[in-house]
Amino acid sequence: MLNYTIRRLIQAIPLLILISIILFTILHFMPGGPLAPYMQNPHITAADIERLKHNFGLDRPVYIQYFSWLGKYITGDWGWSTMNSTPAKEAILERLPATLELMSASLVVAIVFGLIFGIIAAVKPYSLIDYFVTTFAFFGFSMPVFWFALMLQMLFAVQGIHLQAFGYAFDFNTPSAGMTSTEGGDFVDRLRHLILPVATLSFLNLATWSRFMRASMQEVLHTEYMRTAAAKGLPFLTILFKHGLKNALMPVVTITALSLPALFGGAIITETIFAWPGMGRLFITALQQQDFSLLMAYLVLSAGLVVLFNLLADLAYGWLDPRVKYD
Amino acid sequence: MAQSFITEAIPRPPHDLAHEDEFVQERHQTWRKFKRHRLALTGATVLILLTLGAVFAPWLSHFDPNAIDAHWTGSPLAPGQFGHWIGTDEIGRDLYTRILFGARISLTLAVSAVIIEVLLGTFMGAVAGYYGGIVDSLLMRVTDTFLSIPLLPLLLVLTGIVAANTSKASLNFASIVLIIAALSWMFVARLVRGAFLSLREKEFAEAARAIGSGDARIVLRHLLPNAVGPITVQATLDVGNVILLESALSYLGFGIQPPTASWGSMLANAQENISIAPWAAIYPGLAILITVLAVNYMGDGLRDALDPNIQ
Repeated sequence: MLNYTIRRLIQAIPLLILISIILFTILHFMPGGPLAPYMQNPHITAADIERLKHNFGLDRPVYIQYFSWLGKYITGDWGWSTMNSTPAKEAILERLPATLELMSASLVVAIVFGLIFGIIAAVKPYSLIDYFVTTFAFFGFSMPVFWFALMLQMLFAVQGIHLQAFGYAFDFNTPSAGMTSTEGGDFVDRLRHLILPVATLSFLNLATWSRFMRASMQEVLHTEYMRTAAAKGLPFLTILFKHGLKNALMPVVTITALSLPALFGGAIITETIFAWPGMGRLFITALQQQDFSLLMAYLVLSAGLVVLFNLLADLAYGWLDPRVKYD
Repeated sequence: MAQSFITEAIPRPPHDLAHEDEFVQERHQTWRKFKRHRLALTGATVLILLTLGAVFAPWLSHFDPNAIDAHWTGSPLAPGQFGHWIGTDEIGRDLYTRILFGARISLTLAVSAVIIEVLLGTFMGAVAGYYGGIVDSLLMRVTDTFLSIPLLPLLLVLTGIVAANTSKASLNFASIVLIIAALSWMFVARLVRGAFLSLREKEFAEAARAIGSGDARIVLRHLLPNAVGPITVQATLDVGNVILLESALSYLGFGIQPPTASWGSMLANAQENISIAPWAAIYPGLAILITVLAVNYMGDGLRDALDPNIQ
């Protein structure tokens, strides 16, 4: 297992290098490259640009620039963010916790509800709830994320929901932007601010995963070991969760890891709409301001996280399925 | 018994064009199975209507998609006012007309991007799957690399850079199509590779090789026809994905530029006006949702219809 982990880690290195080469090449086509923000400044003359180019080493061949970038990136120097006037690493890492909070909350919601929906649909196929789960899934992956966010905002934040039921009046009005209220910041306040962004970001995955969970659980329910467990007289829920769930989870783990790149895209949209102070919003601003170092740092970091989670998913697969032997 | 022995002994591709009758019969069966999937049929109908709506847009509305209504005085006109069925946007342009014209952009952009993407992905996958070995591992490394980079950020960066490099401030239609296609061929490539890895070992491929067919002929005449089913399904689903991608891109301001109506760009200004003009936020998004839903249901129906294991 340890050998396998080390080997996979070593295999990830050429992948990461290839990713960074592609990204570096693409960003190199940005007019002006890292000096792009200065190009529009009327106070900076062409001679200044030439001097800056020389000083930053931007007049060297591209591959030398790449190796110089790579060496610095590995040692923790992610370049200078021209729009923040801080090191790019600082600017990114400052925003990372907010994004991770949003993403992990969405993942937890999507996994918990996706599993529950999927299991119920698998246990009671062709029932009303099964049709609901299937329809829900189709809406999930046909939904434009930003529009879903706008609709949530319109319904729950701009207008607010006012319900009268059982003699009680419920007012449901969630905050539509930011991580905390200006005066607040306690746990409940933060939780309230999470509701709409998390609902937006988890919607797609929840829908997809409930469908995968259903298919996977259905397959497991028809296996012989499940019948054996039932024949031993074990209670249904024990069979379902102890024997069924662990086996049914295996394909879902892979799907979870595979949907991570889409989650970064979703986070960009969600953070933009809900004014969430995370990396995604920083990325959009960096793009508008042509902040080379920040863009590069963001892209490499997000791709790196994707590679890392794919690796973790492979390892989790081995833990869930003892038939998989690593050597 | 003897007959079945003979047919088994002479391997031939299931989709060999020499057996026209069988081919036609199978097509009938596919259509029969597709018809049974009611939601898929509904999806296909919606898409046909939408295509007709996009083609005949100028005849289906008496408004100009980019004209500002003379009655507009600064706030969006509500549904029903001055003949605007579903109201106008924040600067007084008819929403219904803009959605119709937006369908032209969304549908043609998605279909052209998917055609290019499928050609590219099929080529990559076919080469990797047919030749195997070092070519295969090299191409699959490239595929993995592209799959590891989050799509939307990369797409945004590329459109930003292409826009900055062209003298025009805005991106044109063709470059958006090419950029999207260049970043979404990977799933088709994986699919075709997987199919080819097993197909090339089949007896009919071996037979074709034995009678001296060249690589190109084996790939195009014998292997590819047997992978058309899954490719069609993937392509259909990708049309939906590209519509979503383009709308997100335009919404964020990096896609189709104003004043051209695209469903995504129509929503770009909707957020600020959401409390005074909710209709401007609702309908363009609804158009996206319904279209992509129709595409996905159709793809689901095609998957069932083209699956030989489902009767």
